[in-house]
Amino acid sequence: MSQTQTTSAQPEAAKPAAAPADRLTIRNLDFYYGTNKALKGINLALPERRVTGMIGPSGCGKSTLLRCLNRMYDLYPGQRAEGEVLLDGENILDKSVDLNLLRSRIGMVFQKPTPFPMSIYDNIAFGVKLHEKLPRGEMDARVEWSLSRAALWGEVRDRLHSPASGLSGGQQQRLCIARTIAVRPEVILLDEPTSALDPISTLKIEELIDELKRDFTIAIVTHNMQQAARCADQVAFFYLGELIEAGPAGQIFTAPKQKRTQEYITGRFG
Amino acid sequence: MASEIAEHIVKSFEQELKRLRDMLVEMGGLLEVQLATAGAAVNQGDMAAATAAMEQDPGIDGLEREVEQFVIRLLALRQPMAGDLRQIVAALKIASDLERIGDYAANVAKRSIVLAQFNLNFKLGGLSQMTRLVQENLKMTIDAIGENDADRAIQVWRADQVVDDIYTATFRELITYMMEDPRSITPCTHLLFIAKNLERIGDHTTNIAETVHYAATGEVLPEGRPKGQSSAYTVIRPREI
Repeated sequence: MSQTQTTSAQPEAAKPAAAPADRLTIRNLDFYYGTNKALKGINLALPERRVTGMIGPSGCGKSTLLRCLNRMYDLYPGQRAEGEVLLDGENILDKSVDLNLLRSRIGMVFQKPTPFPMSIYDNIAFGVKLHEKLPRGEMDARVEWSLSRAALWGEVRDRLHSPASGLSGGQQQRLCIARTIAVRPEVILLDEPTSALDPISTLKIEELIDELKRDFTIAIVTHNMQQAARCADQVAFFYLGELIEAGPAGQIFTAPKQKRTQEYITGRFG
Repeated sequence: MASEIAEHIVKSFEQELKRLRDMLVEMGGLLEVQLATAGAAVNQGDMAAATAAMEQDPGIDGLEREVEQFVIRLLALRQPMAGDLRQIVAALKIASDLERIGDYAANVAKRSIVLAQFNLNFKLGGLSQMTRLVQENLKMTIDAIGENDADRAIQVWRADQVVDDIYTATFRELITYMMEDPRSITPCTHLLFIAKNLERIGDHTTNIAETVHYAATGEVLPEGRPKGQSSAYTVIRPREI
């Protein structure tokens, strides 16, 4: 069951200047691990087909925020979110939201590659089968499309039925991205997607992010400031559960408005 | 503002940033001396000073190249961000402006040697005043660089207008002398170039002030710096005989 989102690589006619609409809007979001308040009154919008980079020291709440955006925290008792996260006007924090559907609309890629113990082909097809019944030919096409969009097709086309565990770390991470986009989500959440990869694999993922933002809205949590500078259109800086400053990457990395931001990104954090 | 910022976690980077500032201040110090010497050459006809001012130029050029190399190294190895990035890129621009100031000062000294061979029957008061103001502004700018002081930079930025005004007045005055006595054309032309050089030094000093302000605050000063009248560009014709 495909979403409202247009899916393929059909280039949306180049439309520069105009500011993109917001795909995901976070309003007054608080998050609790038990009694510990990990996010405090977050307000942030993810503009459509743009990359939002989330930076900040460990424990500042950036990964927690990402986990809110597809209700990953629901898996754990005692964790709860208050406030609103609006996707197409609907508050996804609402109890009535179908989590399987939500997670197909908002996909997530983790720090370490997590291929399933099955073939490359089945890694992609697995998620698709949960949501759509596709005839063999269409499934083949979807697998090829996903792997191509994840810049992996050329490297695996001759061994689609070999185990995914045989791929290199960088290839496995691109496989995970292919698996995520195979269900044609609207938003992709990347939680430190390259921290376990070598520099060249990292650059390949970054190039991929640049490609993917033509079709998807992306949020990336990264500890690597240069990576946020290279990938993100918008950057949000978090500290102690608060959003300190958000703005265009060019502004944040050349002339941040807040002293805390300046101190963090120049490596002066006390 | 920037002075409230905490120290860098990596101490060697903090030291390198300080060294970069020190290099600029050293360059600026040499220039202050050079400009004072060149001013003495013109205003007091001190020929030893003229030679000394000209001989300082290669040292300043050398320092500019050193700053350039150091900046490239810092960019490559430290990959600076935000305030650090602005400081480092600013150093590159400042060094280049300082080097130009050195060239103009040397040229002032060179012309003073030619000028000394003429007996002038007029006294050009504006020139020594211009020299003094340009020196003051340069000194204030060097202090602003050393302390990363945006407020002082704005002060310099504003002060340059007086220099421009004196230049315009001097320009008109010299044209009058030349029209009155064609034998004065050679020395007056040299004086005109000297005034122009001083005016250019003022402009480069202003550029530096703008750069210092941006480096310290991240904000660009507006385009429209206060400018004087433009009568240096109006056509003045000799009386019909």
